[in-house]
Amino acid sequence: MADQKTDRETTETLDLWVAGTEEPQFQPTDEGAQEFGPDESENRLADQFGRVITDDYVFDDEVGDDDRMVVNMGPQHPSTHGVLRLQLELEGEVIRRTKPIIGYLHTGMEKTAEQLTFSQGPTNVTRMDYLAPMHEELAFSLAVERLLDVEVPPRAAAIRVLMTELNRISSHLVALATNGLDIGALSMMIYGFREREAILAFFEKNTGLRMNHNFIRPGGTAADLAPGWKDDIAAILEELPRRLQEYDDLLRENPIWMARTRGVGVITAEEATAYSTTGPLLRAAGVDWDLRKAFPYSGIDQYEFDVPVGENGDVYDRYRVRVEEIHESLKIVEQVMDAMPKGDYRVGDRKITPPPRARIDESMEALIHHFKLFTEGFKVPAGETYVAVESPRGELGCYLVSNGEARPYRMHTRAPSFYNLQGLPIAMADSLVADTVATIASMDPVMGDVDR
Amino acid sequence: MATTPPGNLMMTTVEKAANWARTRSMFPATFGLACCAIEMMATGAAHYDLARFGMEVFRASPRQADLMIVAGRVSQKMAPVLRQVYDQMPDPKWVISMGACASTGGMFNNYALVQGVDQVVPVDIYVPGCPPGPQSLMHGILNLHDKIMTGEIVNS
Amino acid sequence: MSPILETLAEQFESVDWESSHGQDVARVPAEDWLEFATAAKEGGFEVCVDVTAVDWLRSRPHRYEVVASLLSMVERTRLRIIAAVGREDPTIASLTPLWPGAGFAEREVYDMFGIVFDGHPDLTRILMPDDWEGYPLRKDFGVGMVPVQFKASHQVD
Repeated sequence: MADQKTDRETTETLDLWVAGTEEPQFQPTDEGAQEFGPDESENRLADQFGRVITDDYVFDDEVGDDDRMVVNMGPQHPSTHGVLRLQLELEGEVIRRTKPIIGYLHTGMEKTAEQLTFSQGPTNVTRMDYLAPMHEELAFSLAVERLLDVEVPPRAAAIRVLMTELNRISSHLVALATNGLDIGALSMMIYGFREREAILAFFEKNTGLRMNHNFIRPGGTAADLAPGWKDDIAAILEELPRRLQEYDDLLRENPIWMARTRGVGVITAEEATAYSTTGPLLRAAGVDWDLRKAFPYSGIDQYEFDVPVGENGDVYDRYRVRVEEIHESLKIVEQVMDAMPKGDYRVGDRKITPPPRARIDESMEALIHHFKLFTEGFKVPAGETYVAVESPRGELGCYLVSNGEARPYRMHTRAPSFYNLQGLPIAMADSLVADTVATIASMDPVMGDVDR
Repeated sequence: MATTPPGNLMMTTVEKAANWARTRSMFPATFGLACCAIEMMATGAAHYDLARFGMEVFRASPRQADLMIVAGRVSQKMAPVLRQVYDQMPDPKWVISMGACASTGGMFNNYALVQGVDQVVPVDIYVPGCPPGPQSLMHGILNLHDKIMTGEIVNS
Repeated sequence: MSPILETLAEQFESVDWESSHGQDVARVPAEDWLEFATAAKEGGFEVCVDVTAVDWLRSRPHRYEVVASLLSMVERTRLRIIAAVGREDPTIASLTPLWPGAGFAEREVYDMFGIVFDGHPDLTRILMPDDWEGYPLRKDFGVGMVPVQFKASHQVD
């Protein structure tokens, strides 16, 4: 405790979170300033990226009455959506520079992936973006299947679409809930999680777990849908639109909500494209880009749905885009329910997918296949591929390199939140401190995805 | 006293009364890190209401909290932060290690994670699961309440 | 191959083109990395989706491969460019001046592999603590497993 007092005397920084891993005297310099590009011409970006070098960027003791202040937010903070640390350089109440510092949830999942077999892979990737685990598993499974050159049967593809779209709904509900909670609409938190319970109950019935399911595996899915799934889906389809109407009544025309979200945290389409942001952030800025339409996967092009696109790229538009995406996902879920094909839920190749449990008692070959699959794993031919799916946060890709073994040689996940977070300094440039929370909430970062 | 006291009077020890007060309004500190944090939020939400036990108020400032639920995997970079937050909590304080990653490092036995949060802070209750469902977390919390009430865990 | 890829193929002769499971891959020598990327950006690839690396340790003449995935939303095309980077002091040009979105990704590659990107505005560790020694995703960096009772697991060295 005594150390903190001396730290406070020697620097002019105000640490809301007492530094343990940072150097004790923080000297803000141009470190962290990114060059936007040779053709930018806006003053605020020049200011932000330190191209307009003024003396008061460097704190020295002579410039005493400077009102630039560095404030640290996080990593333990109720509103940073996980362990995100932000260093805000403030001039009064206006944010001049933001530096996101990540890595507080780094789990070494890409290294762990090299130790696990291909059928154990989904257990690992599913915990990266823990709000959209089905999408993570889908990206990984599609990459493995592409290297194996197999096509899953239509029923497996349809089950995958059903699960991923339900997951999109549950993830957007969390986004809306936390968005509301951070801005002050506390009821939204309760509503969002209440609706999510219905979907999680469906997941639990069909996959065994509420979260981190390990259901979508290379070769198909882990199991067929549970009996009575149609009734459960019908119940969800009946209840959710009514509840969404409730949220609209609460928020859509609410003057407080609109005052706090309109014009806040704006990212334009050019900035979003340059910073590789994808997903609702890009669509709210006006760019009509959705991987489900551009590079369809898993048979999703047979279903009719629209892609909601916003205009201004502010927090309000992102909120509207997410609500509309829930509606569109409900449409897809209904179509999948009506048109679910019959057939096998996984590829018939016994060298990839395990045989049915009953067969193991009857056939020696089945026993051997089961044994080899669960001890050694199936070998994937050498090669490399990149497969991307549209997760609730944007483009979720899996870059997979195999060298012919039963374990991936290199597995890299292109995490949407990692890239979306680069847009945070842009969104927060020249905005007020009080809008920080709304902006972060609207970006919906999942730190498991960012840090992996 | 030879006769039992009339109606509206309770006789107890100061210690039991203090323990009763501590368990009935524990304030958890927000220390949600990863997937377990979502299940912790779900425990606090409407379906599995934590407010029945007086715990829905998650205090952001560790100075105002008594229970730290470490929900999620603790990486090497986060461990000093965890210790700082724990140190800032006033006594009596308790720690629940929620989930497999917080208890033992979980499925991630590698360079990046602290293999069990009990290497950093003393833990009172371990809740297994990946992630533990809200019922498991509540079972853990209620176990903690029982242990405090009976005096098995004395933190003062 | 789509038209924008054909123009790129004509401009650069030192680049090997291949098709990996239906996706276009260009193997670019490390010296031409920035030039090729600039031409690709002008040719229509507005988004750099991902930058990562692979450590081939001893199985290939060059130890590392830096892989960048590009995307053209207008033409709906993807392109993957791969450069082989050497063993001692691996260095390659940074794509951040062209696509600012590659900034974090290149920092991550530096943090995990130790590959230095020339021209990156802030090449510091991003995922590991600042004072961490070693580059975790290199093949000669162990997993860091803690021995666990009864775990007859496959130890990869």
